[in-house]
Amino acid sequence: MIKNNRLTAEQYQHNFSDIKPPFETQDAALVEANRCLFCYDAPCTKACPTSIDVPKFIKQITTYNVKGSAHTIFQSNIMGAGCSKVCPVEKLCEGACVYNLMEEPPIPIAKLQRYSTEKAIDNNWQYFERKKSNGKKVAIIGAGPAGLSCAHVLSREGVDVTIYEKENKGGGLMTYGIAAYKVTPQFCEDEVNYILEIGGIEIKYNQELGKNISLEELQKNYDAVYLAFGVGLANKLNIPGEDLEGVEDAITFIYNLRSKTYKDINVGDKVAVIGMGMTAIDAATQAKRLGSKEVTMVYRRTEAEKSCTQHELDIARLDGCATLWLAAPKEIIGENGKVKALVCDVMKLGQPDAKGKPTPTPTGETVTLNVDMVIKATGQNPFTVLVSGYGIDNAKGKININQSATNVSKVFAGGDCVNGGKEVVDAVQAGKDGANAILKFMMNVK
Amino acid sequence: MADISSNFLGIKSPNPFWLASAPPTDKKINVLRAYEAGWGGVVWKTLGSQVKNVSSRYSSVDYHGSRVMGFNNIELISDRPLDINLKEITEVVKLFPDRAMIVSLMADSTREAWHELIKKCEDAGAMGFELNFGCPHGMTERGLGAAVGQDPEIAKMVVEWVMEKATIPVITKLTPNVHSVVPTGKACVEAGTNALSLINTIQSVTGVDLDTLVPNPYVAGKSVFGGYCGPAVKPIALKFLTTIAQNNITKKVPISGIGGISTWRDAVEFMLLGSSTVQVCTAAMKHGFRIVEDMCEGLNNWMDEKGFKTLNDFIGKSVNNITHWEDLDINYHHVANINEDKCIHCGLCYITCEDTSHQAINLSYGDPYNTYTIKEQDCVGCNLCKLVCPVDNCITMVEKRVAPEYINWKMWQEQGLPLNDH
Repeated sequence: MIKNNRLTAEQYQHNFSDIKPPFETQDAALVEANRCLFCYDAPCTKACPTSIDVPKFIKQITTYNVKGSAHTIFQSNIMGAGCSKVCPVEKLCEGACVYNLMEEPPIPIAKLQRYSTEKAIDNNWQYFERKKSNGKKVAIIGAGPAGLSCAHVLSREGVDVTIYEKENKGGGLMTYGIAAYKVTPQFCEDEVNYILEIGGIEIKYNQELGKNISLEELQKNYDAVYLAFGVGLANKLNIPGEDLEGVEDAITFIYNLRSKTYKDINVGDKVAVIGMGMTAIDAATQAKRLGSKEVTMVYRRTEAEKSCTQHELDIARLDGCATLWLAAPKEIIGENGKVKALVCDVMKLGQPDAKGKPTPTPTGETVTLNVDMVIKATGQNPFTVLVSGYGIDNAKGKININQSATNVSKVFAGGDCVNGGKEVVDAVQAGKDGANAILKFMMNVK
Repeated sequence: MADISSNFLGIKSPNPFWLASAPPTDKKINVLRAYEAGWGGVVWKTLGSQVKNVSSRYSSVDYHGSRVMGFNNIELISDRPLDINLKEITEVVKLFPDRAMIVSLMADSTREAWHELIKKCEDAGAMGFELNFGCPHGMTERGLGAAVGQDPEIAKMVVEWVMEKATIPVITKLTPNVHSVVPTGKACVEAGTNALSLINTIQSVTGVDLDTLVPNPYVAGKSVFGGYCGPAVKPIALKFLTTIAQNNITKKVPISGIGGISTWRDAVEFMLLGSSTVQVCTAAMKHGFRIVEDMCEGLNNWMDEKGFKTLNDFIGKSVNNITHWEDLDINYHHVANINEDKCIHCGLCYITCEDTSHQAINLSYGDPYNTYTIKEQDCVGCNLCKLVCPVDNCITMVEKRVAPEYINWKMWQEQGLPLNDH
């Protein structure tokens, strides 16, 4: 049965509290910071999409220069605080830490980054001064990581920035698309406010491109436009029963989790989550944490081909989520219009596809899961119609860019709407690149 | 099992590890705890005229996450009444007759005062004396401690007074707050001291509080120079020790080594450079007396491994391995080698060599791991890369002699051999 309010307030609080608690004390941070070898041309820095000077910011913690430490982080990544909580560091900085080569635990870089940046945000240490307004105006679509990062760089250079955001809060997927036990809505709001503190950035909320505003208008009224509206539409399964009550996409499920109170979120007794990416994990773990009795993650390939990290899968398993490998949804069976079961084809792995992943093919056998809720987490589609409608070059909806510039005059783009959906930290870097391309462009247009 | 018992001028102890004259040897309760833990002996905290200590007495230097790398104190000699000290010494000796009981002395600067103190301590059961000519703070202002040790003439005079009266072995403790410890050491040996010990603490300021702007340790808004000790001073102590162990006059008497000894390894190094026994303070003050257990076992294992049966088999064995720079072999050459299998690509060897040495390491960029190799023709063999490498035995120095024969700097000049041209 699908219902809400399954747990007590204390249980919700416990289930959605910070999964990676911060250092409680300076001493604790120092123990780890002092382990850092201060590598030269450090692998951790190279593995960071925003190239944060990790050895430097950690060294600064050891010299009690926490203020300088956060400065080092924000210089490369203005969302360094949020990234410290949501980055899959096991495949980025911490995965590259040289201690791994000694079979020793890597430096907890994210935790140290959180230590410095949280202090900076809590104390509102501001490092960047906006240059005098130079009269240039840029419109940005989307107040997510790419948009905010782009806006911050532009504002530092004296550009007046207006961000159009379709939601009523900034932060993008950070605010609306990430498991609550990683970042709280309050933190996301604080981070956005901290970034806006520089001035010169105005966010117009509840403004959606193609609905309330048009690209032509923006091209006319601004010196440049930066598209950073991400991806949005959940992939459909295209199987019978997809319209039954109890079938939901993970994006909506997580969005609701981020914008409502936990006790108001509906969840089934027995839930199947389709997919094995990071979003699938976030949906599965949170369904369990909302009080589902059974959660099964269904994936058409094997564990070896999963797209989430091992660390994430471990979180799901520790939460008690089951996995069903080599199973592809075939049909959702209903009763009285509600989900009753999920029938899956049992698959086997065949030849590698273009990306090198073996192609799963049906064996002819099926397996049936008795579930009352199905959460689809099989990826998101770019806004193909929107993008094509404006004549923007794209590949299946993903905007084509050349050094951040689209084929449309004055229009630049970056982040998930270009790459189809990567990490927050990739979007932050895209925003920096976009800002620099726009600055260069505006300097040349007199 | 090797025999680690010590016989220092007839003063026997089950091992060569004594606690130095300091707060840990100030009272019966501490010394009993030390003996129960297994310490071979103590040098009872300095007795002399009655003094009064201030509160807030220690400060330290931490390094890279490690506490008390260096330690400093502004405590004076024992501030307890002499009679209580003497009574407790008698009681401790009675309970542990097999342990060395040396009593540190610092009498007022008169023959009578020294004679009186010596008599009382001998009566109390002292097995030897250590003359405190080294305390660098508080007592010097009274013309005592380091004020005596810094002037060979005064030191000689005091030692002579002591030797007139003492019937048990006398060790003279030297201050390092001098250019060389040898002049005072020689004067004391010539005056008849039976042994020397060194080093006492080094005058220091451990740091300044960046909030109050008052240096450490803080005493009501002020501080004073303190005596520095602990692991940080070990290299300095070993140097002073070597000069005493090499000098023709001072080497005639046995030495008790002091200065930053924390482990059996430190102790062995002091003994190899001429110490017959070693004295410990800071390490015990940091960890408690239990550290002596590993000191005994580690020493024993090392001796077994090296085939040394008694302490005398290796005491002083490294003294002659420290020579004069002029005698070093210029034809000796070694170059660094990086073991690629062990390398973790941290780049520390590269950046130190590139920035501060001879640009002798090649960097080949990789993502994310660079590869580093030695440019042998540019490597002078300075050891820096090996020292900073965090992986044991990843960088080794490989001997590549310039020529087989020995040649020193003097010979080099005489033969008119070429100097560097870059």
